[in-house]
Amino acid sequence: MSVTFVAAPKRLLTMTVDGQTIKVPEGTTLLQACQQRGIDTPTLCYLENLTPVNVCRVCVVEVEGSRTLVPACSRKAEDGMVVKSDSDRVRASRKGVLELLASSVDLSLASPEVHQWMERYGAEPDRFGPSSAPPPGNPRDRARPGEHVPADGLAAATVSQPAKLDNDTYIRDYSRCILCYKCVEACGVDAQNTFAIAVAGRGFEARISTEFDVPLPDSACVYCGNCIGVCPTGALMFKSEFDMRNAGTWDESKQTITTTICPYCGVGCNLELHVQDNSIVKVTSPLDHDITRGHLCVKGRFGYQFVQHRSDGSEAQQ
Amino acid sequence: MFGAGGGTSSYREIEETDLVILWGSNAREAHPIFFHHLLKGLRSGAKFYAVDPRRTTSAQWADVWMGLEVGSDIALANAVGREIIRAGLTNREFIARATSNFEAYAAAVEPCTLQWAEAETGVPADAIRELAHDYAKADRAQLCWTLGITEHHNATDNVFALINLALLTGHVGRWGSGLVPLRGQNNVQGGGDMGAIPNKLPGFQDVATNVEARARFERAWGVHLPPKAGWHLSLMFEAMERGELTTAYILGENPLRSEADTDRTRRLLGGLEHLVVQDIFLTDTAAMAEVVLPATASWSEAEGTVTSSERRVQRVRRALDPPAGARDDIEILVELARRLGADWGHPTAEQAWDELRSLSPMHAGMSYRRLEELGGLQWPCPDEQHPGSEFLHGRLWEEDPARRGAAAPFTPVMAEGPVDLISEDYPLRLTTGRRLDSFNTGVQSSQYSTPIRRPESLNLSPEDMAEMGLRDGERVRISSRRGSVEAPVLTDPSLRRGLAFMTLHFPEQVATNNLTLDAWDRLSGTAEFKATAIRVDRIRPEGLEIEQPIAIEVPG
Repeated sequence: MSVTFVAAPKRLLTMTVDGQTIKVPEGTTLLQACQQRGIDTPTLCYLENLTPVNVCRVCVVEVEGSRTLVPACSRKAEDGMVVKSDSDRVRASRKGVLELLASSVDLSLASPEVHQWMERYGAEPDRFGPSSAPPPGNPRDRARPGEHVPADGLAAATVSQPAKLDNDTYIRDYSRCILCYKCVEACGVDAQNTFAIAVAGRGFEARISTEFDVPLPDSACVYCGNCIGVCPTGALMFKSEFDMRNAGTWDESKQTITTTICPYCGVGCNLELHVQDNSIVKVTSPLDHDITRGHLCVKGRFGYQFVQHRSDGSEAQQ
Repeated sequence: MFGAGGGTSSYREIEETDLVILWGSNAREAHPIFFHHLLKGLRSGAKFYAVDPRRTTSAQWADVWMGLEVGSDIALANAVGREIIRAGLTNREFIARATSNFEAYAAAVEPCTLQWAEAETGVPADAIRELAHDYAKADRAQLCWTLGITEHHNATDNVFALINLALLTGHVGRWGSGLVPLRGQNNVQGGGDMGAIPNKLPGFQDVATNVEARARFERAWGVHLPPKAGWHLSLMFEAMERGELTTAYILGENPLRSEADTDRTRRLLGGLEHLVVQDIFLTDTAAMAEVVLPATASWSEAEGTVTSSERRVQRVRRALDPPAGARDDIEILVELARRLGADWGHPTAEQAWDELRSLSPMHAGMSYRRLEELGGLQWPCPDEQHPGSEFLHGRLWEEDPARRGAAAPFTPVMAEGPVDLISEDYPLRLTTGRRLDSFNTGVQSSQYSTPIRRPESLNLSPEDMAEMGLRDGERVRISSRRGSVEAPVLTDPSLRRGLAFMTLHFPEQVATNNLTLDAWDRLSGTAEFKATAIRVDRIRPEGLEIEQPIAIEVPG
């Protein structure tokens, strides 16, 4: 029963991060190198169970000899590399990224870290002026390349639009979408391989869309909810959470999270049941468990309601 | 397999294997997160064969889809085995050192030529040859199956036919090479582990032949244990038929809906002197009971463990307060024992588990603390230093014969088609299966709604639909030799001419098990849900147009 795994030994690389010389194994990303040094690096589009797509640019660091800043989440360490994670250039870039996102997207449900980063880098999203009113009829979904109407410069352009409510399982509120691509990756090759969504449009009109912008029930979606599991800003949300937030009853301070095993097939997926007032209000899965790596199917994600549809035992006692 | 009832591999192995065979499994819909691991394997370059009568959403990912006739699995497997032998592609050293009975197997499959198999299975001889050569030549290969193999009257033979192929090629007992039966419910494996098998004590210790184990249980429990196997469900129903079994205590099962041949099940359960049902719902079976014991939901209202298809024991935990009146399964059993005159105290789930660990050596190292810290452990895990077992039967590759242990025997099996024969009166073959968002008889899954949920239908091939002049959504009468039901029909391009498909998910819409046959496997007791002969009759008179055909779509 014994087994030995043989892999090529990893070389140790010597590099400098913010003036400190460190050794890291070959294959280490600059993000990991920074983490090793205890440096908090902001990330938005990065998640440990997805392949980095380098789109948000908020994790950029300066590498000596490199013309451009590089994304720390995917750039691998090299021997002799000199990395600056907090130079003026890095701070200015991160500030700009956060300002542009926060001026155009509703980040109110993004994690507390996002707001800490904005403070750290002195981001002032208001400097682009007041948010422009959303145009009627949500033309973003139909925007075609070349039809862009230049802004007047007096108000900040936004992606503001009504939330899409087209099924009982989850909602899509793209006024909160920062286009981090995580949902596209989770729906695609990184997990589900269903490919129900992709980025449509170009430039400021870029948006996450089903094919031809059809409603979810007409799309390829199979309701695994793995897109919700990776969304960092609350753009994708359980319908149950959305309804409770609208009713003013959503209260994370009153919620417990309990890890258990899915009651359906025999794969043994770990479920994290988020419970408020003795009701399951949403279901996630741990990113660091080897069975699911954070991903579930429709039954595990949404099929929990049967335990809540029992009034009490008296019916069965008769 | 070879003594312990569990799959040999870990899910992660399929990500690093070179060849995947899914045989009688639509994992894309029935085991979706396992299929994620499989897809990682495909992305890393593994070749993928899907053996299934239907071109399922799993098969649509395959390099080769082997669309065999329902119930012709052994013919196909034996032909693959013969071709591997004939082409000189067997793993001779492995066969010589680690197996027995090879000559008998070789002789048994000798008549199973590729041409014979093509006639028996409907799969082209070239495709069978290709699978045989690819499987035999692959460095690592995972052979996975589900109920397409086991829901047949000769289920055990089907499984032996697949195990024989792994023995022929040495695709077992190594990282990336193994035999993977995927379990259909979250604790089917755990039920077996805990001795819910007629001939086993917990930990797969045989009640009749393992004298030492039986004595250990007798000492621990202070009772005499009769050294004979009990009945499995199918034998219990036969005993009811004979009037020998007059009382049943059913925990967390809905046999009235889940068993084949509903009329017979209803008659037998109805004829019992006393029926007790313990469940979280007043199921159709519970509605027949004299006494119903309302229980807590084991996965969210109670503490305990379940075992997955990779033999991983994991903790279930209480997240919700149960409804008033519902009681924990352990509490109910202990209270029952007390009223029968035995004081078992008030054990917690952990105390019950620790007793199991003291009696079942394969679980001994799995303390609650370790299960918590390590995210579960895979058996066997004999002591608290043991890391758990990622794969089984590595011993078969040991140099030292003493460590290699008993040889794994080939078990020659003969092809035998389904019991319910196709005839002029019943010309179509009905098979059953699961859909992505639903589960078994719908007790759990009918309580939430998704846009991919659609009403139960009889799925037919485009050819049969056209031949019968049927329209999607039109109701038809479906009859088997046991009973008949009405259902709307739906064109399903994953089906070939002569093949029909239904699920068991919506018994209140269509009682599919009115049609199925309770012919069952003598060893496992599993009924032949996968092969029913049916006839489809129009209800609408010829020439009459349907006014509003119902649009139903097949999810991708």
